[in-house]
Amino acid sequence: MPFSSLSDIQNRLNSGKTTAVEVAQLYLDRIAAFNHTLNAFVHIDPAHVLAQAEASDAYRANHNARPLEGLPIAVKDIFCTQDGPTQCCSNILKDFHAPYDAHVITKLKEAGAVLVGKTNMDEFAMGSSNETSAFGPCRNPWDTDRIPGGSSGGSAAAVAAALTPAALGTDTGGSIRQPAALTGITGLKPTYGRVSRRGIIAFASSLDQAGPMTRTVRDTAMITAAIAGHDSRDATSVADAPELDWLAACESRDMKGLKIGKPKEYFVDGMDAEVRAAVEAALAKCQELGAEIIDISLPHTEAAVAVYYVIAPSEASANLSRYDSVRFGHRCDNPEDLLDMYSRSRDEGFGSEVKRRILTGAFALSSGYYDAYYLKAQQVRTLIQQDFTQAFEQVDVIATPTSPIPAFKLGEKTDDPLTMYLSDIFTIAVNLAGLPGLSQPCGFASDLPVGLQWVGPAWREDVILSAAAAYEGATDWNSRTPTTFGGES
Amino acid sequence: MSWEVVIGLEVHCQLNTDTKAFCGCSTTFGAEPNTQTCPVCLGMPGQLPVLNAVAVDKTILTGLAINAHINLESKFDRKNYFYPDLPKGYQISQFAVPIVEGGYIDIPTKDGGEKRLGVTRIHMEEDAGKSMHEGLDAVSHIDLNRSGVPLMEIVSEPDMRSADEAIAYLKQLHQLIRFLGVSDADMEKGQFRCDANVSVRRPGEPFGTRTEMKNMNSFRFIKQAIEFEVLRQIEIIEDGGAVVQESRLWDSVKSESRSMRSKEEAHDYRYFPEPDLPPLRVSQQDVDAIKAGMPELPGQLRKRFEIEYGLSSYDADVLTQTLETAAWYESLVAAHPADPKRCANWMANELLGRLNETGKDLAESPVSAARLATLLDRIGDNSVSGKAAKDVLDAMMESDDSADAIIEAKGLKQVSDSGAIDAIIKEVMAANPAQVEGYRGGKDKLMGFFVGQVMKASRGTANPGMVNQRLKELLKG
Repeated sequence: MPFSSLSDIQNRLNSGKTTAVEVAQLYLDRIAAFNHTLNAFVHIDPAHVLAQAEASDAYRANHNARPLEGLPIAVKDIFCTQDGPTQCCSNILKDFHAPYDAHVITKLKEAGAVLVGKTNMDEFAMGSSNETSAFGPCRNPWDTDRIPGGSSGGSAAAVAAALTPAALGTDTGGSIRQPAALTGITGLKPTYGRVSRRGIIAFASSLDQAGPMTRTVRDTAMITAAIAGHDSRDATSVADAPELDWLAACESRDMKGLKIGKPKEYFVDGMDAEVRAAVEAALAKCQELGAEIIDISLPHTEAAVAVYYVIAPSEASANLSRYDSVRFGHRCDNPEDLLDMYSRSRDEGFGSEVKRRILTGAFALSSGYYDAYYLKAQQVRTLIQQDFTQAFEQVDVIATPTSPIPAFKLGEKTDDPLTMYLSDIFTIAVNLAGLPGLSQPCGFASDLPVGLQWVGPAWREDVILSAAAAYEGATDWNSRTPTTFGGES
Repeated sequence: MSWEVVIGLEVHCQLNTDTKAFCGCSTTFGAEPNTQTCPVCLGMPGQLPVLNAVAVDKTILTGLAINAHINLESKFDRKNYFYPDLPKGYQISQFAVPIVEGGYIDIPTKDGGEKRLGVTRIHMEEDAGKSMHEGLDAVSHIDLNRSGVPLMEIVSEPDMRSADEAIAYLKQLHQLIRFLGVSDADMEKGQFRCDANVSVRRPGEPFGTRTEMKNMNSFRFIKQAIEFEVLRQIEIIEDGGAVVQESRLWDSVKSESRSMRSKEEAHDYRYFPEPDLPPLRVSQQDVDAIKAGMPELPGQLRKRFEIEYGLSSYDADVLTQTLETAAWYESLVAAHPADPKRCANWMANELLGRLNETGKDLAESPVSAARLATLLDRIGDNSVSGKAAKDVLDAMMESDDSADAIIEAKGLKQVSDSGAIDAIIKEVMAANPAQVEGYRGGKDKLMGFFVGQVMKASRGTANPGMVNQRLKELLKG
């Protein structure tokens, strides 16, 4: 039961075999048992969880069940919620309580979901290992000496260890897909503009997108269906985005005629050999299922990390200016004057990786450097987008490894930011191009999960959901679970 | 050798939209601090801006009114700086591609001609909140009601060559904005604020180093500040020094300016495209529709008043200073259509003069257009003399009594009966035999004396035209 998919739990609830309260209690018990090991949750209020579950059961007794009725979903600490603190795993927002729900939180509530708690993350989503969290690192359920990936590491670990059947993450450069890959679960980053960003604490506004992290492809579709859609209070949420039949897209059982692009830039020397072998095997499986594998090139891939680490910090440097201790958030003791208040509050409140990115961004935007860095990065970003546009004239979908390496050990890369940045090498270009991307488990490397990444054209999440569902149906990687946490790997 | 003054102006004008530029909060002035705020204009985490379409239309309208080019695609940028009344730590503005570019304003010159002053651009941005330091000990208070109020910044070319030209430009712009209805432009409320870039040079030489006079909100202070700055710069250069590029603040109490920050200390605003707002696209049809709805502009109205009502250019100018004044005049004409020029004289000279003395504006006038029209009717039908009518108007300012009642009560009804007038004339002639003799001996100038005496004897009620006519007759002897 704990490792059930959302769909399975929904069936059991619909048939009256269980109640939302029972389900909630099951996961609360698991959180109580395992969270101290994993540190996946940074805030949990069991009474409030049970109250939501009771309300859901009561609703079900009198109405038709809503799309996510009674289903537990955890959310990353980056989503503002009226209930409980929203701290973005940063000391600068310690004990901050948002007086509003993020748009997607409202959507989840309207769909009947039971919000389980706030999950751990890299501070302000800046990191690839969950080690920059002000609340301490989160651990990978497959090997607790290892990182779960990041920045949505808490959501990934919580789903992988079945402390919740599903969670929300956000993805700015791979923050849903990379931890999903490293913990053996499924995660979807929708097309930029598909999901409202309102009430999600901004890291890099032109890249951030929220999405689900689940045990199955169909579960990602269920949640995306609930949270997607235009929000008139987010000007970047697209009003006339093509609507999809999310669940129907997951019914596919084969890949007949599907043209899968295999970009040579994503199968390179230096990547883990077992990771590569697992992904190559996955593509062979797809071929078996009727797909045509086509070698393609995305020539500007190499520049993606550099472009990202100009654009994302630039936007972040402005986005994080509001944490100035004037209206909310941490303020230093006894400031001497305004400048002292600003500098000491921010120095005390932000961790070193956040400071590094603010400084990088402020530098890239500064007078005399703007053209060489920010402007140039935007120009190369356009080239990266064009790479994908051209590729999708040739293929329906692109398949790559999600991460070049499996989960690494805690502390292994913390002293070397550049190596850390390279762990997002295969996910970043997708954000720069604003495209939908999904990671699903496709095998193991040294007993650690490996992720297969699907990338589709803008607004065609249905294409990647279909491919991923067909692959999932023909394999059993998504049903492997870490034994330490009661799984049956 | 003489000096040439070069001035460019930046005007920040609050648009009078109901709601703020990027959220739904009210823009009403003067509310309790921090009562007109929401998570968006407080810069709370995760909150996003959504552009106010009315602010866009008003900025476009202003651009069209100065014959500017409207960019069908413009962009928003972030202007980064830290200040406690700037909640997000950046101001959303338009830097690289503003919505309005080019355009001009014509100002009248002393020789009766016009001088064309260029407008570089108008861009949209949001206002900051207000910091309050006065009367507080070791703390400052922040009021964010103003945070996010929509502004347009109107940037001129460096085309003005004197403080007077700068003021003329500002007054034209101020009047235009009020006519367009895009801003209340109340300077005391900070709805129309001006920064002036000032430099001096020898005629024909390149521009000198400029200083920026910040944030002035009265025409008088702006004129004083520019004149002060011109003299300061000339003195520096003539003493062999060099003007330092800096921002300066005008102290209206001490009537002097002081340095705020030098170029070296100047902010690097690190402008970059605002990723939360897509490019602003407007269609040519939208622009055309806004153009079609353009109200009558001051110049057009002035010209119409001259032609339609036969007014002098001076009267037309006075009566078109504001839309309220013009509307008042037109309602007066509607109530007293017989003589639009009489309407203009009485409104411009008598009514506005009296209101001015009591510090009231037209909206507060105790005499409505309809009441004033009844007095003008009595002048028209010779029931009251123009001179006596001024006394009647004085009384009307003080009470609600009708013009007729006051004329009656004060016995000011004009005497146009020739018998009655002849009787008074005869009395005056009898009392002044020497003057009668003098007039008859050729001293024509004495006519004025007799008119005055007769008017006095009639307590101003005698019809002056008839008095003149009858005096000439009777004095012949």
